[in-house]
Amino acid sequence: MTPMAVRTREGSTPDNANEVARSSGPRHDALGLSLDDVKRMYRLMLMTRLVSERILQLNRMGRTPFGAGTDGHEAAQIGAAWCIRPGKDWTVPYYRDMGVSFVLGFTALDEFRAVLGKATDTNSAGRAMLNMFSSPERRVLSRSVLVGTEFPHAVGLALALRNRKEDKCVVFAFGGEASTSPGDFHEAANFASIHKLPVVFVIENNLLAISTRFEKQMAVANVADRAAAYAMPGHIADGMDVLDSYEKTRLAADHARAGKGPALVELKCYRYQPHTSDDDDSRYRTKQEVEEWKARDPVKRGREYLLGAGASEPDLEAIRVELANEIEKAIAQAESEPDPRPEDALTHVYAEGTPRPDGTRA
Amino acid sequence: MTEKSNVQAVHDTLLGEFRRDERHILLGEDVGVRGGVFRVSDGFIEEFGADRIIDTPVAESSIVGIAIGAAIGGLRPVAEMQFADFHAPAFEQIVNEAARMRYRSVGAFGVPLVIRMPWGGGVRGALYHSQSVEAFYAHVPGLKVVAPSTPADITGMLRSALRDADPVVFLEHKAIYRSVKGDVPDGDYTIPLGPADVKREGADITVYAYGISLHHALAAAERLAADGVQATVVDVRSLRPLDAETVLREARKTGKCLIVYEDNRLFGAGAEIAALIAEEAFEDLDAPVMRLGGPEIPAMPFNKPQEDWFMPSPEKIAVKMRELAAY
Repeated sequence: MTPMAVRTREGSTPDNANEVARSSGPRHDALGLSLDDVKRMYRLMLMTRLVSERILQLNRMGRTPFGAGTDGHEAAQIGAAWCIRPGKDWTVPYYRDMGVSFVLGFTALDEFRAVLGKATDTNSAGRAMLNMFSSPERRVLSRSVLVGTEFPHAVGLALALRNRKEDKCVVFAFGGEASTSPGDFHEAANFASIHKLPVVFVIENNLLAISTRFEKQMAVANVADRAAAYAMPGHIADGMDVLDSYEKTRLAADHARAGKGPALVELKCYRYQPHTSDDDDSRYRTKQEVEEWKARDPVKRGREYLLGAGASEPDLEAIRVELANEIEKAIAQAESEPDPRPEDALTHVYAEGTPRPDGTRA
Repeated sequence: MTEKSNVQAVHDTLLGEFRRDERHILLGEDVGVRGGVFRVSDGFIEEFGADRIIDTPVAESSIVGIAIGAAIGGLRPVAEMQFADFHAPAFEQIVNEAARMRYRSVGAFGVPLVIRMPWGGGVRGALYHSQSVEAFYAHVPGLKVVAPSTPADITGMLRSALRDADPVVFLEHKAIYRSVKGDVPDGDYTIPLGPADVKREGADITVYAYGISLHHALAAAERLAADGVQATVVDVRSLRPLDAETVLREARKTGKCLIVYEDNRLFGAGAEIAALIAEEAFEDLDAPVMRLGGPEIPAMPFNKPQEDWFMPSPEKIAVKMRELAAY
């Protein structure tokens, strides 16, 4: 399969009035972004790529137990997450959303602590797998590994925002295309739309749920087509392009922020790595398909865009070197930190001070 | 003290707490304009408005899932399963999400959520309006599971549940919603989630029960008393946490223990109580620990002869109690 032509559906949503006006200048200008913003986006895309690649390398060396790569999702994640106001908006990321976490302030060190299951892992102290981001300060909600169960949580958070009169705050709920298959997605979207709650469903469609192709996942041509069933706008973005991902997510976010109810954005992208470090992707796709998608690589396109917009080669090389150093330092730091102690597995079953099932107190 | 029925106790306690704390919201099927199929939230939508009393679509997974998100967002939700039998779609949200949220986030996110479930048979409710679901949830660390059966206990424990920091599965036996009445202390009366309650003292045998079985056990104990057999009846009104101390103390006192429960017998709550007694009080026992549970059939039949055959009754319990006393 060749990369599908990404079709935007101008005219199909009530949001066109809000669409950022086109100008003859650089694309980022028209989107209200500075060149420095685009550089920061590029930096985080590259960081996501480098960290993801290192996780897989370390796994193959026997230094990490498990990984789930992000390669190919960088533009979708960073572009979409650029719309989030940390600490105000809530984010419910999914298990491949390392790039989203970096936009929200998580670091490479945070990532490697989780990858290695260290006691210092701020998400879960080594209880959960990697990418189960959790931070009350940043309003990032802990998730399970289950697919789609997060959507009702996002809607509940939006209900709380409404009842607490936290106006203009939005909940960003992320998932892959297959997360729109379970009932929880549909129940959540339905309820959010009935009550006009500020939820943005951000769906990273990488065409494959492990091995199962999009066509076996749903009969509609686009995830965004599902939005019509819930009377909400559904946008489609080129998820291999960070500015398009940003622009289309902005449309959805502006709609929700304006109190008009939920919206969905589908970011069409592709996963280069196997589903996880335990997966064998030669069973279900050709190298040629991967190479065809890599021709549209988001990091490469980001780099080309910046060079065309006036950034210099040495500038960009300096970013890469700085990131590589930061990542190696993070790995060394995380590897040097303590593992959790077995007895610590007993904490936080209930709120502190409440009786345990055997009647004793925590 | 005010005399009221069990269902009135649920209604009044919710009403008081919803007035006291505006963070409380109620989500469920027909809880709003209908006031709930059991009239538990009668008048609520008029007083608290549709932002707090939410008639949901028929979609139990999201009733609980949305309540989880709302709880984390700063509200204090009450999620109603219209009948406990409808819990299965919500099982994943309750067990995999609500129960594990605090644990997986090492205390960062708690889920203060009460999930109310009218449960139990004896109302001609047939297969899908009669089920016992407590064992599914009592198995899960991270949840609290309680089944109070008197107006005073319901009042005190529901109030505690509504103020608890963790998810509570609150089981209300529907067959005794209106038939059981009792005095309820006035004022801000609470009972902690955990302690069992000795509802009747007797030196010869100890019977453990909850739900409608508790009331039948108390009736059976009166019959045996007429024959000179004195029974202790322990209300295991909290299954998780389970009050091991009271269970064992009352077992040692008589040395003869019977657990009565309506759920089918195998792998039910009675098995855990029996195992606890067998492990911890073995040397104080004068008889094997006995269980009287429901039959090993998938669900309760609609027709009256078979429903009666399924349900516990004072007669059936009295037979088993006599067997135990004579051992």
